[in-house]
Amino acid sequence: MATTMITTLDRSSRAAARGLSDISIRNLFIIPTVLFLIVFNIFPLIYSLGYSFTDFRASTNAPANFVGLQNYRDLLNDPYVWSNFAITAKYVIVSVAGQLLVGFGVAMLLNRDIPLKGLITTLLLLPMMLSMAVVGLFWKLLYDPSWGVINYALGLGNFEWLADPKMALYAVALTDIWMWSPFVMLLSLAGLSAVPKHLYEAAAIDRAGPFYTFFRITLPLVAPILMIAVIFRTMEAFKTFDLAYILTSQPTAELISIRLYKMAFQEWQTGRSCAMAYIVLIMVLAITNIYVKYLNKVKER
Amino acid sequence: MAAVRTSSEIGFNRVAIVAVLVVTIIFLAPIYWIASTAFKPRNLATTIPPTVVFQPEISPFVKLFTKRSQLRSPPTPEEYAAAPWWERVVFDGGEKIVRDGKGQVQWSGYPSRFLNSLIIAITSTVLAVGMGTFTAYGFSRFKVKGEADLLFFILSTRMLPPVVVAIPMFLMYRAVGLNDSHIGLIILYTAFNLSFSVWLMKGFMDEIPKEYEEAALVDGYTRMEAFFKIVLPEAATGIAATAVFCFITAWNEYAFALIMTNRRAQTAPPFIPSQVGSGLPDWTVIAAGTFLFLLPVAIFTFLLRNHLLRGMSFGAIRK
Repeated sequence: MATTMITTLDRSSRAAARGLSDISIRNLFIIPTVLFLIVFNIFPLIYSLGYSFTDFRASTNAPANFVGLQNYRDLLNDPYVWSNFAITAKYVIVSVAGQLLVGFGVAMLLNRDIPLKGLITTLLLLPMMLSMAVVGLFWKLLYDPSWGVINYALGLGNFEWLADPKMALYAVALTDIWMWSPFVMLLSLAGLSAVPKHLYEAAAIDRAGPFYTFFRITLPLVAPILMIAVIFRTMEAFKTFDLAYILTSQPTAELISIRLYKMAFQEWQTGRSCAMAYIVLIMVLAITNIYVKYLNKVKER
Repeated sequence: MAAVRTSSEIGFNRVAIVAVLVVTIIFLAPIYWIASTAFKPRNLATTIPPTVVFQPEISPFVKLFTKRSQLRSPPTPEEYAAAPWWERVVFDGGEKIVRDGKGQVQWSGYPSRFLNSLIIAITSTVLAVGMGTFTAYGFSRFKVKGEADLLFFILSTRMLPPVVVAIPMFLMYRAVGLNDSHIGLIILYTAFNLSFSVWLMKGFMDEIPKEYEEAALVDGYTRMEAFFKIVLPEAATGIAATAVFCFITAWNEYAFALIMTNRRAQTAPPFIPSQVGSGLPDWTVIAAGTFLFLLPVAIFTFLLRNHLLRGMSFGAIRK
């Protein structure tokens, strides 16, 4: 009870009146950040919304002409762009599913008494902390058909990973799985260690089989955390640029971010790329919204 | 649990431990390969079968930092004897170090890119964590109208693909002359990390009992004094963890750096891949550059190991 007495500070008391008021401190602390983000995140987006209705090209000095919804209409009718979305969807599904499988699998293996468990976990987490662009570059050497270590280790001869149009996207996904399975593993481990031990003991007493225990106890209890991992990785995989851009130039591995980059900074179709950016932005905001709603739900529990 | 362990469970445990070891080796193999290639002589970097045992060399690092050209004819014995050790290892590889008219060694592009990476990552981290700490305290302790929406807005700015943000930023920076400048990238990375820092720091702030400051207020501190003298020291671990996360993000960032810089303010991530041009790249030099670039992050990962979960989930999961 003593704490409640202290925490309910009377606004008119001497303590509250000294120095700046709480309201002004709150504003002083929050408003600069919000302003900064508006100027450097929201304002540019408004700026590009304007350009998305024009035929502006940043490579010329020609003034921008207003073309209405032309850019959006063209993009949504462009089979090329649709194929970029299809490639991105395929990439997201393959890489997130792979990460889920490997990450959760390794977490299940690690969820027991193992010598040097802390060290092993930290070592396993290393890939995801490293720079995608720089490490991705080195995977080019690992995938090399003539002297790549991967072909040698797997006895694949001169198998083409990155130069084969059919294989390139999967090779990028494989590197992504290597980098980000640890993330799923980390979250799964947290989920697994939170499962109350007495549930397993009760299941053992009831002579429940390992499958029953897994599907009726482990999985349902870890599911919310796995869901966080899946949504988060989906969002990140959807945005992928570095890894795919560095590893391969195959059109069959051209993710939406790469298309956007080429449109904006190689073909200099600035107006059109702004419209494209808006289409992507709306999709990302939708996924982010789901993610944050879900996060808050999990947090409340 | 231990009491009901059967022999088959113990057997499974052993299998699992072996499996964990195998997985760990597979996951670390690419990183080991980078590190080992960084110390190989060039002719051993691309061999079949791959070279695992070799006499480590420092020459890739010498080559990383200097401009070199192919040797047309081997150096004379006098030249070789007069050269310092670091020049001799380059001679041994069939190359020579380029010197200007005054005999000064010419640096490669790497050191300046590495320095740019350091300047930009450190400055933007200080700014993002500084602002983020204040803002997180504001959100944690005071009622803010539409708090959930504001926090969502703050987070969503980070969720956008970098290219989406880069297009208008590129045009705006070009208009005000901030392209290829340190300040330009620092602002971008600060904005990018600020949302993360607010979210993460808010979690840490929420954990500091309000009673600490309330007691200080009763003792005659102003709110500001209470914040600086009571809250900040309590939040030190959280601030450090957030700072390391922000640093790693800025350090690793590629897309913005690729688009916004080309020479003067270029950071290491777009520079290192640009070294793999056409023809046969010298993988030992690339590995050396990669190795030095990854080293700080590897060290930080170990320092940060207890906070990784929290940081990677935007503070959603605390342990």
